[in-house]
Amino acid sequence: MIDLLAQADNALDGLKAVGAGLGYGLAAIGPGVGIGLVVGNAITAMARQPESAGMVRTTMFLGIAFTEALALIGFVVFILLNFA
Amino acid sequence: MNSLLAAGDGGGLHFPAIESLLEWPGFLFEGNTFLELNKVGLIYLWAMVAPLVIFTLAIRKSSLVPRGIQTVAESSVDFVRENIVMQTMGPDGMKFMPFLLSLFFFIFFANITEVIPFIQFPANSRMAAPAFLAILVWVVFNAVGIKSQGFFSYFKNTIIPPGVPGALLPLVAVIEFVSTFLVRPFSLAVRLFANMLAGHLLLVTFAVLCENLWAKNILVSIIWAPFIVLIGLTGFEILVAFLQAFIFTILTAVYIGGALHPEH
Repeated sequence: MIDLLAQADNALDGLKAVGAGLGYGLAAIGPGVGIGLVVGNAITAMARQPESAGMVRTTMFLGIAFTEALALIGFVVFILLNFA
Repeated sequence: MNSLLAAGDGGGLHFPAIESLLEWPGFLFEGNTFLELNKVGLIYLWAMVAPLVIFTLAIRKSSLVPRGIQTVAESSVDFVRENIVMQTMGPDGMKFMPFLLSLFFFIFFANITEVIPFIQFPANSRMAAPAFLAILVWVVFNAVGIKSQGFFSYFKNTIIPPGVPGALLPLVAVIEFVSTFLVRPFSLAVRLFANMLAGHLLLVTFAVLCENLWAKNILVSIIWAPFIVLIGLTGFEILVAFLQAFIFTILTAVYIGGALHPEH
């Protein structure tokens, strides 16, 4: 019985690790694509109108900050599952 | 590869427990709940004192043509004014300049200890101060909104964006309410905290790899990839420390600006 419990515990730990890894990986997909879109379009805008580069850069950082938050929440979940 | 990674004592690669990377014992006033000071608290004190010292020195020896430390102070004030206040709030946001500047410097100096040798710990990778700063920003932008627009019209302007069709209004109002009053402070705090924590763990990972290779053979550790990556990442983390201070400040400015001028 104790053996079974220990095994179940081990399995739970393993599942936690798998979930943490998968969770972070999945959470990073969307923001990765999103930041690519944001920066790519910002570069296009800057190349077309170099005089508006300052404003575009500020807005780009804002866009990156909003997009990146999702990936960071995924990272926090990873830390919590693995270590907390 | 495995034999290469095995440490000198033959024990394999040991990654330190995360508690030993983040939790520091107190060394002053131990046992006193309010006064106990540890490394994190010391870094926050430094982040508070360093800007004070810089600006005091800059003011005391000020001249028309800036030299030395006055250049640093003036160009940083100019940076915050041109890139943060003017871009997001315009000229009437200038009265928030002292708040935004102190926020920027406090966060930057608490972050930059991440790459300073022998300190190497970003104080913002503990949740307490980012959470406190986010709550402070939440209070400030709500107070500014209520003061400049009045209580009810501030809430009306915030949760009901202009030009929404009537059928969608309940849904949009709920989404706007949650995103403005709950998600904003949460994401502000988590963004700063998680970025610094991730950077710290990344640097520790590569430093542990280097150290294990060093124990094996000093030549391997110098020519092998982790050392080069570690140097590159240190440069990257300087950028991140600056960028996170910038992003936190500019988001604060955007929130205050949004509360100051409602959308039409």
